[in-house]
Amino acid sequence: MSVKMPETDAAVLGRRAQIVKTLRTIVPGEGVIDREREMKPFESDGLTAYRQLPMVVVLPETTRQVADVLKYCHDNGIKVVPRGAGTSLSGGALPLADGVLLGMAKFNKVREIDFENRVAVVEPGVTNLAVSNAVAHAGFYYAPDPSSQIACTIGGNVAENSGGVHCLKYGMTTNNVLGCEIVLMNGEVLRLGGKHLDSEGYDLLGLVVGSEGLLGVVTEVTVRILKKPETARAVLIGFPTSEEAGDCVSKVIGSGIIPGGMEMMDKPAIHAVEQFVHAGYPLDVEALLIVELDGPAAEVDHLIAKVESIARDCGAVSCQVSTSEQQRLLFWAGRKAAFPAAGRISPDYYCMDGTIPRAKLPLVLKRMKELSEKYGLGVANVFHAGDGNLHPLILYDSNKPGELDRAEEFGADILRLCVEVGGVLTGEHGVGVEKRDLMPAMFSEIDLNAQQRVKCAFDPKGLLNPGKVFPQLHRCAELGRMHISRGQVPFPDLPRF
Amino acid sequence: MTDVLKPADITQVEEAVRWALGNDKTLELIGSGSKRALGRPSQTDVTLDLSAFSGITLYEPDELILSARAGTPLAEIEKLLDDNNQQLDFEPMDYGPLLGQPAGQGTIGGVLATNLSGPRRIKAGAARDHFLGLTVVTGRGEAIKSGGRVVKNVTGYDLCKVMAGSWGTLGAMTDVTVKVLPKAETEVTVVVEGLGDAQACAAMAAALGSSCDVSAAAHLPDHVASYFEGLPKAEAATVLRLEGVAPSVAHRTGMLTTLMQTFGSVVALNETDSRKVWRSVRRVAPFATEAARARPLWRISTAPAQAHRLVDLITPAAQMFYDWGGGLTWVGMPFEGEADVGSIRRAVAELGGHATLVRAPVALRASLEVFQPQPSGLAALTKRVKESFDPKAVLNPGRMWAGV
Repeated sequence: MSVKMPETDAAVLGRRAQIVKTLRTIVPGEGVIDREREMKPFESDGLTAYRQLPMVVVLPETTRQVADVLKYCHDNGIKVVPRGAGTSLSGGALPLADGVLLGMAKFNKVREIDFENRVAVVEPGVTNLAVSNAVAHAGFYYAPDPSSQIACTIGGNVAENSGGVHCLKYGMTTNNVLGCEIVLMNGEVLRLGGKHLDSEGYDLLGLVVGSEGLLGVVTEVTVRILKKPETARAVLIGFPTSEEAGDCVSKVIGSGIIPGGMEMMDKPAIHAVEQFVHAGYPLDVEALLIVELDGPAAEVDHLIAKVESIARDCGAVSCQVSTSEQQRLLFWAGRKAAFPAAGRISPDYYCMDGTIPRAKLPLVLKRMKELSEKYGLGVANVFHAGDGNLHPLILYDSNKPGELDRAEEFGADILRLCVEVGGVLTGEHGVGVEKRDLMPAMFSEIDLNAQQRVKCAFDPKGLLNPGKVFPQLHRCAELGRMHISRGQVPFPDLPRF
Repeated sequence: MTDVLKPADITQVEEAVRWALGNDKTLELIGSGSKRALGRPSQTDVTLDLSAFSGITLYEPDELILSARAGTPLAEIEKLLDDNNQQLDFEPMDYGPLLGQPAGQGTIGGVLATNLSGPRRIKAGAARDHFLGLTVVTGRGEAIKSGGRVVKNVTGYDLCKVMAGSWGTLGAMTDVTVKVLPKAETEVTVVVEGLGDAQACAAMAAALGSSCDVSAAAHLPDHVASYFEGLPKAEAATVLRLEGVAPSVAHRTGMLTTLMQTFGSVVALNETDSRKVWRSVRRVAPFATEAARARPLWRISTAPAQAHRLVDLITPAAQMFYDWGGGLTWVGMPFEGEADVGSIRRAVAELGGHATLVRAPVALRASLEVFQPQPSGLAALTKRVKESFDPKAVLNPGRMWAGV
């Protein structure tokens, strides 16, 4: 673990027994965990290379308890790390040795389903899939579908602005959340949004979504639910080169089609997945596309014919349309199992998450191959092709000395490459601790300071999830300082009317 | 006469803000100035005219992105997109005619700063949902950037969101990137005739809760129906738009017609008439006429299924129509200069949501809250966010609320 976390506060650790005792008065029963063995499951999230036992784990059940815990920690200078299901791939929920780990798993109820207004009001610990399941009897669903949807929670989705394979057409979390109840670090409870659209003022909800647990703790979320499309069918298209596959994606979009999902895999990924899932993927191609069309049957048939024709023009060597729901799900089963499949062909894998302008894909793949040779580590690529979100899976063995470090360096080089070609460090997994120190590749110090001032507006003491997202922590007082040259600045010499 | 500064580059914008900071001056930010009459009346020292920041800098139709200087006329962007069979999917409305200005004058920066949207809001989102990246000069006189030029990005806080709808109170945008999407091949509008407001809200809820993929839903009551072009009769019409490829639109027109026949008699409008109706809705036609301009105008966002209750909660002499399946109500007050703020605020408190006094005489806008008043905790957080970008309140101070 090469990332430096904020310095441990020895005074806080020295008061640990007293802190635990006070927390027990706020959250009685089994809601406070302080034994090392019982805290072990909380020591890391989906980024398992990073581990740290928290000072204490607290599992509140009510908004009041969350507010009281936060207020107590605020007043006593104790850091807090919020956690949903702990599926973050960027270390967003990595505990701090001197911090409270605030687990929101007990907030697991669906509070209201309102079909007339097409919203569901849920607690943050409800899993993503459970929201869809709760409204499925009426033919509705919740659109964002991260691959971890069985386990990941809505609270975590809000923190990370999670996407999924269908977000090109249906949007990310931020486009599907209408309101939330949020507790600030000082214990203040606020409501942002509701069942109506847009904010009355600043879009604070839009700021909170994707803020990686640094601005507040969400205790209730109002999400939009949609009626399920009548049908969905997927086409599996093989190409001799990734250039031709990329060209096909551009032409599909250029022809005015926005598919429900459009995924690409490179040869190593196809082979890993096919051995694992037996989805019927062709093995003799360099790149494979899954294109899914959804809507009324008349529309899906019409668009599938168009996609097939475009694919042929782009040099596709195989093209298979799903003929049953079972087959469609099998096509997807392969893609959705890409990460575990990588885990089968390699003792460990490190999943990256950059976004690039799609036209740069051939260049990025070529450079990645060179990097793969340089670092002596394999890489398999899965790609949300419609929106340019690339997931390289770096294959390594943590038991071999130095391989983890090499994998991390390789990963950092890939992300710098994404930024260099006009892309970004993370498309959907978040910055967390993982990409924190790469932020200067994308943002200047002035940019980052402006973001940290927003953090100060929500959490002036910087106690909520410190050490994530920002490579350098500044005190809010220092960030707020402004040097004004009073009277010395002349009236600007600008065009005037 | 207020001085007008017209910076030509980002450095000059920074310089102008630093001058204001150093001399205790305030700046009014404008693009084309088409929405100047919206908000609390400005009492700024100098106008910062950003219209020199003009021109489309990057357009990649296949990547679904467009970058432009913030002062680029919206009309120029819409023309280029249209030539490429694409559009801003959030269908931004035009405040110009409502505020006594010519139509089609806005800039992309203004569209984003006021978080505009149109009838497709319910399906495609608002400006906020398509705002991917920006460069902005904050009230500290520093240019910062946020977001990027790709459609999927979660790197750092999403400052585009908070800039969208901040009405120039947080920063002066100079460059923006937005998501663009293909235009639909064709459209049809299904009209349910003669419904009352409550029935219409129920019909729209049923339509939007079906798998017909309705892209816009509005109810145009009897007393305003004559203002909407393309309608077969000047009577109450509940209009539901279907967009997509021809075979799909045809299929869904059949489905939706069957579904809506349980509410009333149904007719379908062809593409030409459908476009006319939605252009009228987007223009807020009943309140955009010369004669209607003296009426104070409210814009109310609320939970859609309850919207019809507004009728009972405010003066019966008000005129109104519903967009967004009921989620957006435009209310024209009957009397010149009388905004009836009390009953509007009470109605919104009961139904949830927010109301903005879009149009009223200057004196009225100066004396009452134009934007929805916030509860104290939220107001305090809003003020802290304002201070984080603009600590000395030099940018559009008081445009939204006093002190912000």
